[in-house]
Amino acid sequence: MQTGRVDFTDIQNPKIQVRDLNFFYGSFQAVKSVSLNVADKKVTAFIGPSGCGKSTLLRTFNRMYALYPQQRVEGSILFNGQNILDRKRDVNLLRAKVGMVFQKPTPFPMSIFDNVAFGVKLYEDLDHTALAERVQWALEKAALWKEVRDKLKQGGGSLSGGQQQRLCIARAIAVQPEVLLLDEPTSALDPIATARIEELISELNKELTIVIVTHNMQQAARISNFTAFMYMGELIEFNETARLFTNPEVRLTQDYITGHFG
Amino acid sequence: MRASQRYFHRRVVNVIGLVASCAAMIFGLFFLGAILFTLLKNGLPALKMAVFTEMTPPPGSAGGLLNAIVGSLMMSGLATLIGTPIGILAGTYLAEFGSGSPLASTVRFINGILLSAPSVVIGFFIYTLVVIKMGHFSGFAGALALATIIIPVVVNSTENMLKLVPNTLREAAAALGAPQWKITWYVTYRAASAGIMTGILLAVARISGETAPLLFTALNNQFFSADLGRPLANLPVVIFQFAMSPYEDWQHLAWAGALLITFAVLILNIVARFILRRTSTSG
Repeated sequence: MQTGRVDFTDIQNPKIQVRDLNFFYGSFQAVKSVSLNVADKKVTAFIGPSGCGKSTLLRTFNRMYALYPQQRVEGSILFNGQNILDRKRDVNLLRAKVGMVFQKPTPFPMSIFDNVAFGVKLYEDLDHTALAERVQWALEKAALWKEVRDKLKQGGGSLSGGQQQRLCIARAIAVQPEVLLLDEPTSALDPIATARIEELISELNKELTIVIVTHNMQQAARISNFTAFMYMGELIEFNETARLFTNPEVRLTQDYITGHFG
Repeated sequence: MRASQRYFHRRVVNVIGLVASCAAMIFGLFFLGAILFTLLKNGLPALKMAVFTEMTPPPGSAGGLLNAIVGSLMMSGLATLIGTPIGILAGTYLAEFGSGSPLASTVRFINGILLSAPSVVIGFFIYTLVVIKMGHFSGFAGALALATIIIPVVVNSTENMLKLVPNTLREAAAALGAPQWKITWYVTYRAASAGIMTGILLAVARISGETAPLLFTALNNQFFSADLGRPLANLPVVIFQFAMSPYEDWQHLAWAGALLITFAVLILNIVARFILRRTSTSG
């Protein structure tokens, strides 16, 4: 296996800088010595076969792993210049700035309005009008407002799968994060719902830094500015998306994007 | 064996299995039906208005079960008030906070023992701890004994219901920056509320017929009393006493009481199922 790695660290204005990151599930090492930069207000995609560590890497950006005592991380991740892996840093304040949307839609067992207001109420003390305005703003951003404006009191579970996922995106952006992490956000959705989410990502990208994990290489090619290809826990190649897909520098990347394995 | 032979063999085995399981079901249902039938046959004629308006009578005179009904409601109510919060909090600890820790597995193990402890042992325990110290039987001791029975049931059902809530929901709340207690309070409890409620109702149903722990603790009271500090009348002990007596009036009242308890339990169970079904279809 060719393990040559392209260090693409001369990204202008990095929002997140990952340095020598190692990640362990108990004794199993899932991420091996990864370093990369995430560009500000761009879309960065992580691709690679199942189990390559791309989701694991994503879940270090908001310290999701900290929920599970047997998961451990080494190295450093600088976010706005500060190491977020430092245990003294408040993890909840970090997560208010780094939002996340998951593979399966996860509406909370409460109304559509309360779903979106939940995160806002955690960190801001808005009066009812301002809160309602914020909820509307987030739902409009997530292109869901027109569909739910008349049923904000209904349960979030009453929506379709694609609507639920847009509700989760609205919920994540309602707290006005700086970074949005998307962990295979469309893999449970049909092609039409997927297209809507992709449009949404391009739209949101004007104000947000987005990192997306995807199984779908066409998706990465369509919506991302930078792409990282991972294999067996290692970062094999990291480059501008157009270059990575048209002219990969590593043989393994070429094999993967042309469908020779994975 | 040829294919048709195999098929024939399988059908025979199938018929045998079906007959055996149907027979077992009929056997079980027969006794349940017989119990309900006997209860209705003997209890319904005795179920007069006086049962709800008059006190337990001395032998040979007319009366009702009012003091016993009130006493039972008071003790079950107090036991639920004491036992439910403790049970829910302990169950929450096991499912949300301590899961995997040595303390949690110890608590879970001991809770399992408590869950299957004979209720007479629990009655005796409260007798030693409370009744002897106080110097007399009391409704309060009865409620404590019932609470001790409720706690492990609620701990168990709460833990199981919280564990059914998918982890992705907790992660989604954590990803918004919610602290652990808010995740539990606003998201996990809501997702599991129907199951937790059902567990509480089933626990209440479980204690409403308990006799042994009350014999040692609340004992009985022939007169009307709402004083938890004194011995308190209650349906199970009254039924026990009246059913064993040679007096026909008392025996009739015992049947009426038994019918009341059985239908209270039946209604609690139906309500529990209703809650669970309604939310599982809308969720």
